[in-house]
Amino acid sequence: MENLIASSGEAKRLNSRMANRHSHRHQNRVAVRAHHVQTGMWLAQALEPNRSRSVPSPHNNSWEPQGVRKPYMDVIDVSWGDPHGGGVKPLTFVRQVLAACIYPELVESDKLPVDVKQRAQSLLSACDGGSVGSYTLSGGISYIQCSVSNFISRRDGGVPSSPENIFMTSGSQRSLMLVLKLLVHNQASLPAGVLTAVPTYSSFKMMLQRLGAAVVPYYLDEEQGWAMEVEELRRALQASKGVCNTVALYVINPGNPTGHVQSRKCIEKVIRFAAEERLFLMADEVYQESVFGEGSEFVSYKKVLSEMGPPLSHTVELASFHSASKGFMGECGLRGGYVELVNLDPAIMKYAYTIFSTDICAPVTGQLALELMANPPRPGDPSYPVYTQETQSIRAMLVHNMNWVPEFLNNIPGISCQPMMGGAFVFPRLYLPQAAIEKAKVVGMQPDLWYCKRLLEEAGVCVGPGCEYGQKEGTHHIRLCVMTPVETMEEVLKRLKNFHLHFLKEFS
Amino acid sequence: METTRLTQLHLFHSNHYNVSVLVASPLPNISWAISGTECELQKPNMTENGLGNRVLNMDTMNPNVKRVEYAVRGPIVQRALQIEKELKEGVEKPFTEVIKANIGDAHAMGQKPITFLRQVVALCAYPDLLEDDKFPEDAKNRARRILQACGGGSIGAYSASPGIEIIRQDVAKYIEKRDGGIPSNPDSIYLSTGASDAIVTMLKLLTSGEGKNRTGVMISIPQYPLYSAALAELAAVQISYYLDEDKCWSLDVNELRRAVKAAREHCNPRALCIINPGNPTGQVQSRQCIEDVIRFAAEEHLFLMADEVYQDNVYAEGCQFHSFKKVLFEMGPEYSSVVELVSFHSTSKCFMGECGFRGGYMEVVNMDPEVKLQLTKLVSVRLCPPIPGQALLDLVVNPPQPDEPSYATFIKERTANLDILAEKAKMTEQVLNTVPGIHCNPVQGAMYTFPRLSLPEKAINAAKEKGQAPDMFYCMKLLEETGICLVPGSGFGQRDGTYHFRKHHFLNLYHTLFLSLCRMTILPATEKLKVVLEKIREFHKRFTEEFS
Repeated sequence: MENLIASSGEAKRLNSRMANRHSHRHQNRVAVRAHHVQTGMWLAQALEPNRSRSVPSPHNNSWEPQGVRKPYMDVIDVSWGDPHGGGVKPLTFVRQVLAACIYPELVESDKLPVDVKQRAQSLLSACDGGSVGSYTLSGGISYIQCSVSNFISRRDGGVPSSPENIFMTSGSQRSLMLVLKLLVHNQASLPAGVLTAVPTYSSFKMMLQRLGAAVVPYYLDEEQGWAMEVEELRRALQASKGVCNTVALYVINPGNPTGHVQSRKCIEKVIRFAAEERLFLMADEVYQESVFGEGSEFVSYKKVLSEMGPPLSHTVELASFHSASKGFMGECGLRGGYVELVNLDPAIMKYAYTIFSTDICAPVTGQLALELMANPPRPGDPSYPVYTQETQSIRAMLVHNMNWVPEFLNNIPGISCQPMMGGAFVFPRLYLPQAAIEKAKVVGMQPDLWYCKRLLEEAGVCVGPGCEYGQKEGTHHIRLCVMTPVETMEEVLKRLKNFHLHFLKEFS
Repeated sequence: METTRLTQLHLFHSNHYNVSVLVASPLPNISWAISGTECELQKPNMTENGLGNRVLNMDTMNPNVKRVEYAVRGPIVQRALQIEKELKEGVEKPFTEVIKANIGDAHAMGQKPITFLRQVVALCAYPDLLEDDKFPEDAKNRARRILQACGGGSIGAYSASPGIEIIRQDVAKYIEKRDGGIPSNPDSIYLSTGASDAIVTMLKLLTSGEGKNRTGVMISIPQYPLYSAALAELAAVQISYYLDEDKCWSLDVNELRRAVKAAREHCNPRALCIINPGNPTGQVQSRQCIEDVIRFAAEEHLFLMADEVYQDNVYAEGCQFHSFKKVLFEMGPEYSSVVELVSFHSTSKCFMGECGFRGGYMEVVNMDPEVKLQLTKLVSVRLCPPIPGQALLDLVVNPPQPDEPSYATFIKERTANLDILAEKAKMTEQVLNTVPGIHCNPVQGAMYTFPRLSLPEKAINAAKEKGQAPDMFYCMKLLEETGICLVPGSGFGQRDGTYHFRKHHFLNLYHTLFLSLCRMTILPATEKLKVVLEKIREFHKRFTEEFS
C-alpha cells in the first residue's frame, strides 16, 4: 500500500513545484491532479505540509513560485481511473438534468432542452419535499430503484429484477463494504476469507484487511490474456483450508487492472464452482459499459445465473455491483453506486436493510447520476443527438486506445502487453534488467515501484506499480488508465517509451 | 455517585415488567421492502423461492449486525412507508397523508433551499451556465473557484480522500472565525459523507482490544441511534451516561464519573461522545458544563468526540453555542495541548438543511500524528466524499459577504429559516405541555422535542401482550390512526419509569429499556405543525381514555 503512496505523493509535489509556470495549460491533461485518490496516498501528503499552500484562492491569487527545472512541462497522471480528472468531458444531458434538479428555477429557463426539464421535474417529484436536499430511503429513491431494476432487466434480456433488491450507496465501493460487513466476522475460530484475484486494485484488499478478513489469492493467467481459470480457483480455495473460512468469491469483470472480459462459458464455470463450494458470489461489474474488444461481449453474472436455470438460479447468492463512476459518464465525484442482491435469505435481507440504513442514504446527486445512467435519452428526445455524439466520441477514444495502446507497448523492447478487451486499464509486463532489480533492492523498493518513481521524476508520468495490485512472484507490471483523451495518451506513451529505453540502456 | 437519578429496571412499581422480551421480538408485519411507487413490482422467481440453505444465513452472518438497530429508520418508519403505499393504492385510512417527523429532514418538511447555495452548486454541475446572465457574479466566482480546484475542472472527478484542499482551508478559516481567532489547521480537517461517516470512522479508529481491554465509548442516554448502532457493529462497549430530564436534559459530570467508574470494571473507556446542541433532547450546554466535561476527559484520559451539527440551531434566550474547541483552548495549555478532541459538523442541519448532499467535516485536535496517518488511510477506503456535498459545505463555511450581490437574499433566507425553526420549537413545547399526560422540556436548540408520556397501565399491559415496548405501541397506534410518524423514545435509549427514581444503577438500557418518551422533529412547516400537534393532542386524549 505504501508503495503507490510514495509515487503519487511525488506526483503532487512535482506538480506544485511546477504549477506556477503551467497552471492554466493543459486543462485536460491533469495538470495538477492534487487529489490522487489511491489508497493511502494521503500519507505522503500529510508528510508534505507545505504542498497545500500553493493552491490558488481568491485571497491568494498567485501560485507560489518554486520553479524547479524539469525536462517536461507537466505531470500526467494515468495511474487512477478518474475519467474527468484525466480530461474526459462530462455528458451534457447528465449535467443539465443535475443542474436543473439542484436549482429548480432552471426548469423555467429557456436554456435547457425540454426533455431535460421534464426529466428534472419527474425526479424532483420523486424527492421528498421536491428537493434533492432531502434524505432518501436507505436503499435510495424508490423511483430510481425502479429505473435501475428496469435497466438491469433490459440489459439482461428480460431477466426480472426487483427494485427492493437494489441498494444505492455513495459509490459502489461502499456497497462492497456493506455487503462484506454482513459476511465477515471474527467470532469464529478461523477468520473469514474472500477469494480475490491477483492482480486486483488495492482498495478492495484494503477493505478486507480493515474488516479483518483474509485475502485468498487466485492468480489470473496472463498468457491467456488474464483469463480466470476454475482450476486455479480450486487450488486457491484448497490452499486456504485451515487458514481461513472462505465464504465469498470476488470477481471483477471486466477486469481491473487487467482489461480482460470473461466469456459466458467462463462465468458458467465460476457459478458452478461457487455453488459446489458454497461461496457467496460478489460480481464487480462497474466496467460493464466499457467492452469494445473484438469478439468480446459483456454478459452479467446475473443473466448467466438466471439462464442456467434451477436449482442454481434459485440458490446461488449473488451481489452484483455497478456505478456511475465508469463507462461513458465517468462521474466519480458524484459518488453513485449500487448493488443488486440476488437469492439472499429473506431473513438476511432485513439485516441488509439495517446495515445499509446506517449510512442513512446515498448522496442524492449520485442517485440522480445512476438514474441518468439507467435511462439515457432515447431516439426522438431533443437531447438524443448531442448525447449520441458525446458518447460516440468517448467510445471512439476508448476503442482507439484499447487497440493502439497494447500494440504500442508491445513494440517497446522489454515490455509486453496483453490485448485489451474492456475496462479502463492496461497492465503491461515489464522485463527489467537484473541490474535494475538489484539497484531497487539496494534502495529498498519493489522494482516496479522504483521504476514508477523514476518514470515520474524523469518523465513526469504517473502510473501504478504492479506490486500495488499483486502479481506473480518475479514479474513486474505497471497499470495505465486508457480512459484518457487520445492526445494525452500519445504523450504518455511517448514519454514512457523514451524513459524506458534510457532505463534499459542504463542497466544493460 | 451522589446522584440517585437512575432507576433499576426490574425492582419497582406496578409498571415493571420483563422488558428483555421486547428486544427479541420484532414488530409484526415488518416489511423491509420499499414501495415500488412508479413501476410495477416484479416478483422474480429467483428471489421468491428462497428457502434453500444459504451460504449467508442467520447462523453465518456477522453476529454484530444483529445487534445493530437504527430507530430513525426502524420498524415505525417502514410501516409508514407501507401505509403510504397503501394510500396510493386507494386503501381507506382516517387520513390522507403520512407525516414523517421521524428524522431531521428540513427540506422534506417544506423548508426551502438557500438560493445562493443551489445556484453555485448548479453552476458547478453545468458550467455552461457561467455564461448565463441570470446568475449573480458572486455565485459564478464561487463556482469558478471550486471548479478550478476539481480534477479536470469537473465535479465528476475524484477529490483527495480528506476532501478538496481549498475547501479544507475554507473550513479551517470558518472555524477560526467562529472561535474568535483560535487557529485551525486545514490538515486537521477531513471532509466526510455527512457527519455520520466521520463519526463512524472515528469510532472505528478508537475501537480495539479484547475482553476487559475492549474499547468503551461513553454516549448519552437519550442518544442519537447512530452511535449505538455503530458501537454494536464494531462490538465496542457502550457506556451509557444519563442526561437529567428534570434539569432540562443537562449533563452532570458526576453522572459521567459514575458511568466511567462502573465501566472500568469490564472495559477500557477510551472516548466520550457529546451531542451539543442535543439530539434528540434539544439542550444547549453551558460554557461551565463544557469546561467540566473537558476537565473530566483530561482526568480520565478520554478522547472527546463533540457532535456539533446543530451549532446554528440555538433558540432559547440566554443560551449560546460554545464549541468544545474554543472552550478547550481558552482553558489554557494545561488542557489545550493535551486533550484529544474531534468535532463534527454537517450541511444537513442549521439554516440550510441540505441532508441529501451528504456534506460534512470533522476537525481533529491534538491527535497523535501517527494516528492521524492511520485516519488518513482509513478515509481513503471510501475514496472521497461526494463533490457536490463538498461544494455545498464550502458555501456554508464561506457564505456571501456584505459587499457581494447575493448577500442580502442570503441573509434574508437564512434568518427566515432559523426564525421558523425557533417558532416551531416554541410552538411544539407550548402545545404539548397543554396536553395532560405529556411533559415537554423547553427546546433550547437542535430540531427535536423529546416529550415524556405518562401512559396508563392498561396501555402498558396491552403493549406487553403485543410484545412491544409501550412507546412503540403508542407510536404505532398514532401512526395507524393519524398518519403521523414519530420515533419511540426507546430507540434513543431512556431510563426506565421516568418518575420513579431509585438509587442509580448501571444498566445497559439500550437492551432493556421500556419507554415512556417519544420524539418528534420540530420541522414541519408551521401550519402543518399546528395540525400535527392538534392531532397528537386528540390522539393522546383518545388513547388515555381507551386504556383507562
